[in-house]
Amino acid sequence: MSYIVTTQTRASSVSAIAGILLILMLIALPFFAGRGTIQDMFFILTMLTLAQFWNLLAGYGGLVSIGQQAFVGAGAYALFALVILGGFDPVLAVALAGFAALAIAVPTAFFAFRLNGAYFAIGTWVIAEVVRLIASQWKSLGGGTGTSLPRDATRDMWFVEMIEETLGVRSAAARDILAYWIALVLALVTIGGIYWLLRTRRGLALAAVRDNIEAAKSVGVDAGRMKWMVFLTSAFGTGVAGALIYLQKARISPDAAFSVTDWTAYVIFIVVIGGIGTMEGPIIGVLVFFALQSLLADFGSWYLMTLGVLAISIMLVAPRGLWGLVSERTSLQLFPIQRRLRGGRLTTSEDQ
Amino acid sequence: MSILALKDVSKKFGALTVTNGVTFDVPKGQALGIIGPNGAGKSTLFNLITGNLSADAGRIHFQDRDVTRVSAKDRCLSGVGRSFQIPQPFEKLTVYENLLVAATHGCNLSEAAVQADCADVLEQTELIRRANTPAGQLSLLERKRLELARAMATQPNLLLLDEIAGGLTEGECQALIGTIKDIHARGVTIIWIEHVLHALTSVVERLLVLDFGKIIGIGDPDEIMASKKVREIYLGIDI
Repeated sequence: MSYIVTTQTRASSVSAIAGILLILMLIALPFFAGRGTIQDMFFILTMLTLAQFWNLLAGYGGLVSIGQQAFVGAGAYALFALVILGGFDPVLAVALAGFAALAIAVPTAFFAFRLNGAYFAIGTWVIAEVVRLIASQWKSLGGGTGTSLPRDATRDMWFVEMIEETLGVRSAAARDILAYWIALVLALVTIGGIYWLLRTRRGLALAAVRDNIEAAKSVGVDAGRMKWMVFLTSAFGTGVAGALIYLQKARISPDAAFSVTDWTAYVIFIVVIGGIGTMEGPIIGVLVFFALQSLLADFGSWYLMTLGVLAISIMLVAPRGLWGLVSERTSLQLFPIQRRLRGGRLTTSEDQ
Repeated sequence: MSILALKDVSKKFGALTVTNGVTFDVPKGQALGIIGPNGAGKSTLFNLITGNLSADAGRIHFQDRDVTRVSAKDRCLSGVGRSFQIPQPFEKLTVYENLLVAATHGCNLSEAAVQADCADVLEQTELIRRANTPAGQLSLLERKRLELARAMATQPNLLLLDEIAGGLTEGECQALIGTIKDIHARGVTIIWIEHVLHALTSVVERLLVLDFGKIIGIGDPDEIMASKKVREIYLGIDI
């Protein structure tokens, strides 16, 4: 009897079309949206990128890192070093910054992979603190107080003049638009890349390692290689995102660039409330996070407490996150990765 | 010709010697049963053969190749398949995906190349109707079947079964024996650890008894079960 395998669902075909329309709209956004919206969208897209990489690491790779700020900071510092000390164009420097994060990730993995579970988490945090302390000793980049990007470097950035002329905006707005478009490309490449990975046999192996590492080894999965692959990929992407965030901020300090709250705690919040181990989770999570931040940012520490209470409530009520609630009830998948066997002795009614 | 040969294999956990100078070989195509009291070191012996644990001393040869220092992953690729005593499914993957991982990685093939084989194994192990169910939702019998199916998907030459009949009803057990006999009839060498003796003896041609990490008897199942030493140690019968 012959069987076929499908991953597509009707909802996924609809969501693919909606996705393409959304992407076209996002590309065109600077032509009709104000500067405030562009900055908000930049924030959403960069946080989404960080969240997708953390989700790849923890949700699919089973590597719960709380040291992602090491890679954000490494990428950001690499950007400043390349621009200020190396005279590189900031746009090129953003792309290269990922390699700085990789350079930190290799020794980090070497040590941290000797640890498991909670020990791994703490280990990555400790290493991130060490990287922060080293960065604060970098005198030519302002040491502990940090430094700013030179004004002429950001003003003369690639594409800025072109955007100024095409859209008829001032230099500062053009820089925001450029950063937004780069963030959009980064988020799309991240989501597309992770989705592609999960649909390959490597993606299956990754899920197997997450679910049961000893059993995975026993069926021929190279568990060590899978861990290295996701760790290094996440570090690279997180580094690029970090550089981009600080290109837009144009000012860096070790405490900000290596902040565990901003670059790891918020990111974990986004993934956990959205739904860990799903592609859709971080997207929902970042929207909820942005909404809460916009609503509650003026309330100071009450804001953080609200985030905490919400995170704990969701973990208790819906451990699989908001997307988990949706997909449980509707079995909706916007990014279908499950291979479903059809045909042969599987008729539709028995196929569950 | 033997497919597997162990020579003076030992393993210690701290001061406890779990495998103590074990030497035996398994001819190609044979079904060997392993029995012994709890804590005799049966599962450890399996872990040493599959490479999930590494031996402290001795050599292990598989298909005339010294695999003593070869990783679990590479032993699987060379043809060692196993089931776990406590089923270890990939819970969030579906039954079919569980097999897909095993077939693509255990045989180093593409998904398209193994699709039909995986469906075949699901039919043989009577899991086909559960193909698209997440493995975490399976019953005990189905989990045991999945252990067997996943090991089969790696196309093993040597199949290690660890208490696969434990906890099943008599009817379930008979059905599983039928499946295992079919697999054996196709020429797969089997080593089977089992407490359910009648299930074991209905399949195996040779029996090995382990106690305190040592082999205390190996040979024809009837003779082994009749021997005084085995009855004393294994069955606790004072004769």
